Formats: sequence, C-alpha cells, structure tokens
Amino acid sequence: MNGLNYILKRILQIIPVVFIISILIFLMLRAIPGDPARLVLGEKATIESIDAMREKLGLNESYIVQYGKFVKGIVSLDLGTSLTYQRPVIELLRSRVKITLMLTLISTFFSLLISFPLGYYAGKYKDSMFDQIVKSGALAAVSMPSFWIGLLLMILFGVKLRWLPVGGWGNTFIEQIRSLILPGLTMSLLTSALLIRNIRNSVVDISNMDYVDFARSKGISERAVKNRHILRNALISTVTLLLMRMAYMLGGSVIIETVFSLPGIGKLMVDSIFGRDYAVVQALVMLFAMIILMINLLTDIIYSFLDPRVKF
Amino acid sequence: MNKLLEVKDLQTHFIMKNEVVKAVDGVSFTIYEKETFGLVGESGSGKSQTCRSILGLVKKPGKVVGGEILYKKQDVVKMSKDQLRKIRGHEISIIFQEPMTSLNPVLKIRKQIFEAFDRTDMTKEEKRKKSIELLKLVGIPSPETRMEEYTHQFSGGMRQRAMIAIALASEPSLLIADEPTTALDVTIQDQIMQLLNQLKEELGMSILLITHDLAVVAQMCDRVAVMYAGMIVEMTDTFTLFSTPRHPYTNALIRSLPNQKGANERLEPIHGAPPNLADLPMGCPFHPRCKFAEEICRTSRPELTDLTNTHQVRCHFLNKTVGFQGTFTPDKKQGGCDGENS
Ligand SMILES: Nc1ncnc2c1ncn2[C@@H]1O[C@H](COP(=O)(O)OP(=O)(O)OP(=O)(O)O)[C@@H](O)[C@H]1O
Ligand code: SF4
Ligand SMILES: [Mg+2]
Repeated sequence: MNGLNYILKRILQIIPVVFIISILIFLMLRAIPGDPARLVLGEKATIESIDAMREKLGLNESYIVQYGKFVKGIVSLDLGTSLTYQRPVIELLRSRVKITLMLTLISTFFSLLISFPLGYYAGKYKDSMFDQIVKSGALAAVSMPSFWIGLLLMILFGVKLRWLPVGGWGNTFIEQIRSLILPGLTMSLLTSALLIRNIRNSVVDISNMDYVDFARSKGISERAVKNRHILRNALISTVTLLLMRMAYMLGGSVIIETVFSLPGIGKLMVDSIFGRDYAVVQALVMLFAMIILMINLLTDIIYSFLDPRVKF
Repeated sequence: MNKLLEVKDLQTHFIMKNEVVKAVDGVSFTIYEKETFGLVGESGSGKSQTCRSILGLVKKPGKVVGGEILYKKQDVVKMSKDQLRKIRGHEISIIFQEPMTSLNPVLKIRKQIFEAFDRTDMTKEEKRKKSIELLKLVGIPSPETRMEEYTHQFSGGMRQRAMIAIALASEPSLLIADEPTTALDVTIQDQIMQLLNQLKEELGMSILLITHDLAVVAQMCDRVAVMYAGMIVEMTDTFTLFSTPRHPYTNALIRSLPNQKGANERLEPIHGAPPNLADLPMGCPFHPRCKFAEEICRTSRPELTDLTNTHQVRCHFLNKTVGFQGTFTPDKKQGGCDGENS
C-alpha cells in the first residue's frame, strides 16, 4: 500500500470514532440530572419560560430526532447560541480559536528553536558542563509553575524593559504577534524542556550507532552527519512528543490565558462551565475531541513518512 | 613492494572512571600495495578497535593514546578533521562487522550510496549510473529498484553487499573489512569472500581483513597477524603461519583445526578465558592459558621478536614449538605471499 492509500485508510478509520464521540457529547448534556431547560434558565425560572425553552431546545422530541438535529447542527456549523454572550457559538469560537491557534504556533516555533540546538549539543557533548547545565535547566523548567514563569517574564520584558505588552490582545497583526511573544515563550518552556530531554537522549543513542560511524567513514562532512543521520533520526521519536504537546496547547491553557489576559478557548471553556453556557461547552468538547483526533492522525502520517519501517 | 599503511606501536585505550581498557596495546604492522593482510584473534582481542583507529572512528571513551598510523607516509593520528575526511572513503574505506546496524534504517540505500560521492562533482545521473554499476558488481539483483528501498527490506547478506558497494564507491586504495561475513551463513560467506578477492584484483586495492576464521585467512590473505589481548603475538606470511606456527597461541589455534583443505570450521576455543584487558596479568598475557609457561612468563612480558625478517613472534620460548609441523594446507601457496624482502 502506498502513502496516499494509507492516509485515506486512516481518515476512514476516524469516521466511527467521530460518530461515537458525537453520541457521547449528545448524551452528556442529557445525562446531567435535572431538566436541561431548567439548568439553562436557572432556579427562579417560571414554568412557562421553561416550557418555551424546552420547545426551543427541542427537548420534547424523541432522542433520535434530537440527535439528528444535533448532528445536522454540527455539520452545518450551527452550534447554537451562547447564553452568556448572546451570540452564535460558532462566531464566538472563531475569534477564540484564532488566538489559541496562533499562540500554539508561536509557542511551537519557540520550542523548536530552543530545544533542537540545546538538545543536540547536550547530547553531542554528553556529560560535559554544557550538558549538565541544560539538563538542570530542563528539570527546573519542568518543575516551575508556568504562571510564575509567565509573571517573571512579564515583569522583566513588560514592566522593566518595556519591550513587549504585559497582556491583552492587539488589533493589528503586528500587535497581536507582539502580545503573543511572552505567553508563547512561557508556554514553550515546558514543551522545550520535555523536547530537550528527548532530543538529547536520542542524540546520545543515535551517535553511538554504527551507521553514524559508517556514514562518517565515507568522508562526508560533519554537517551532513548531523543533519542526515543524527538529527533526522532523532526527529522521529521527538515528533510524537511535539504533536502531543501541540494537541495539549490547542486545548487552550487556562493559566497562560488568564495570566496574560488573552481571550483564547482555554478561558472560554472555564467561563462557560461556570456560566452554565451548555451550547458553548458542547461545542468546545467537540472541538477538543476533533483536535485530538486530527493530531493523532497527523502524528501517524508524519511518522509513516519519517520512518520507512512503519508498515502501511 | 610499496608500503601503503604502516601502523607503529598503536595504543588505543578506553579510559573510564576507575579503569583503563587497553584494547590495542602497542600494535605494529605494515600493509603493502595490492596485498591482503589478515588480522585474526579471539573475540575482544582488539581487532575492531585497530580498524577503527585507522579511520579515527574509535568510540568514546576510547582514544588513540599513542603510536603512529602512516598512510602513504602521512600520520593519520595527527591529521586535522579535514585531512582525515579526505582519507576517509576516498583512500581508505571500511566495512563494519555488523551489517544489521551499519546502515541507516531511515535513508534509502540510494541516498547512502550517493553520500560516498558527496565531494565529487558528479551529476545526479552519473551518481545513479555509478551506483547501479556498484550494486551490480556486488551481486545485488535489479539494482534500479533495490536502490530505492530501505535497509529493512534487505537481508543480512544484501546489507553486507550494499555496505561493500558503498565502501568501494570511491575506489579506495585500502579496504578494511571487519569480519565481513561473520553475520552471514556459509554459502553467502563464501560468495562475499570471492567477491572481495575478485574486486581486489580488478581495482588493485589492498585489503585489511579481520576474521575469526582461519579458513578464511587461508583462502584470502597474503600475510597475517595474530592478535591476543590487544597485542600482536605472531606475524608472518600465510603459508608460514599455517605450516610452522611458532607462538603457543597460534600453534594451539592451528592444531585445533580439522585436517582438511578449505575446512570451514571456526576456531576452536583454547581452554581458559581471554584476559581482562583492564587488568592484564603480569608478564606474558597468554601465560595463564599457555602450556609452555615458565616462571619468566609470569614476570616479564616478551617482545615481538624477529624469527626471520618475515616472521615475528612474541614469546620467551621460541623453540618450544619448533617440532610442530602444521597439517593444515592453505589454499594460497607461498608464491602469493609478499614478505618484507620480496
Ligand atoms: N565502548 C567500549 N568501552 C569499553 N571497552 C570497550 C569498548 N569497546 C570495546 N572495548 C574493549 O575493547 C576490546 C577490544 O574490542 P574489539 O571490538 O576491538 O574486539 P574484536 O577483536 O573486534 O572482537 P570481536 O571479534 O568480538 O569483534 C574489548 O575487549 C572491549 O573490552
Ligand atoms: S612467553 Fe611464555 S606464556 Fe607467553 S606464550 Fe611464550 S611460553 Fe607461553
Ligand atoms: Mg570486532
């Protein structure tokens, strides 16, 4: 089987999974004890308004019909209206998702920028002073709470040096990028720390392989040895880790978004849960599930390209 | 005969926290142009580390700590990285012992062959043509398609052939073959040896052949050195080694061979275990296993001594094995041997 068929097969495999997830989400709201209409409207609602809400939410119809409508809604991207914001959910998501997506991309960019050189040289000069420092640094980054790192960065670059905004969201693209640098950096520290360890250990293992020496014995440049043989192979085990971290970041980090007052989806999720904004919660859960599925798919596809030993 | 490679008193040690493993401990030998020089010895006697030292490929914490390796009169040990790169693959190529781990699993064979042409100004098409030629030469069927495959699609023998093809790509003057057939079954072993022999003739290169297998030595080598515990204990031409081995260790090795032409048996291990290289016994390293050992063997290390100017032995009692006549007849006759005086 070739690569394209493989991708197609993997996409087809996702369909039943999506189906099951949609049922679970559909049932989730209905499984909460009590009348959803009452939950939505609150304790003091009148009988009439509850009836009207039941009608509006379609709760008087059979589950099958309800589910059909639910699916139709998702497919047509009509996800209902947010109670808190009184706006269509899809509209709400659009701006939020954009922020979180940009944050994830910037943070991934920083992570790669930080972790590849540090991880590579730490592994290459294993047990050297440099390696020791990088290892302790990575350990520190893993153990420090991110809100604290965020605050430190904010104080240094935002308050003391005034290079970057301390928080909030800009209007122009440049402004937006500028306001994502500090949160992106904060978020990337943990990812980098995890990646560095992984890359370092892979580089140590791979450098010890005979095929690296055999490559060297051909008289190729050290750069070719590094890029073609060591880094490329180290990338294989690193890519899974990186994509997992990306999935996590795409879910939105409540802490980072709160510290830097960014209106991303992490904050939206928390707000909607507390505000009993079920339409939004439902849409977000669906979105998270999709993100995880997509990242998984992407991981498998990238993996199959990077590592020919993977059987299609 | 011109000297191609001269190894002088090579010392390659693994320096670890609380011990030093002297993997190669004062090895000297010379390889002449167009000859096949054999290096035999038990597992762990330092054969592979000797080879790796020649190309500056000793793994950490190993290091060449002494001696010279003169390739065409230039000392490889003292070379800069750039100078060394010019030697690697271009003048000297190596085939590693383990075909299973010596090729990159995630690069196509084609790319791994092309690498050998990295510093030439050949076009892609020329590289392709040459690669196909090489793969054909080493007996890989339908090279055009095989070349687009990855190593996991290759059997052990095919990988070994691919490695040989890569090693030959730049037409080296010296090919180091570190047990090129240990990992393979007997028929393929034979094919690969014949292949090496044939290529040597065609390309006019020299081969440093490392092996456990005396039958292979008999079939392939002009001259041989026997290694024990990081040292050469006996060195001479193949015929002399088989007919009049003078070191008790070599003697025992050859005695243990079945008495027939072209026998394919492995070395029968001699009783006792090889010594710990981090803690060699005083005196002759072979004395705990030597049936001729006397007091002096336990206290003083023998030097490699000229028996004739083409036969060196490292033993205090050169006469003890004199009566022994080898019964094993090597395939190669005396005429093929290139001694120092020829
Ligand atoms: N990475 C290492 N660390 C410590 N010692 C090592 C290392 N690699 C090799 N050695 C030591 O070097 C000695 C010589 O090893 P070498 O690989 O040259 O043996 P060999 O003669 O090629 O054996 P074989 O026939 O099994 O390939 C071994 O006895 C081993 O103790
Ligand atoms: S020196 Fe002594 S122990 Fe060593 S090989 Fe000769 S006889 Fe045996
Ligand atoms: Mg070896």
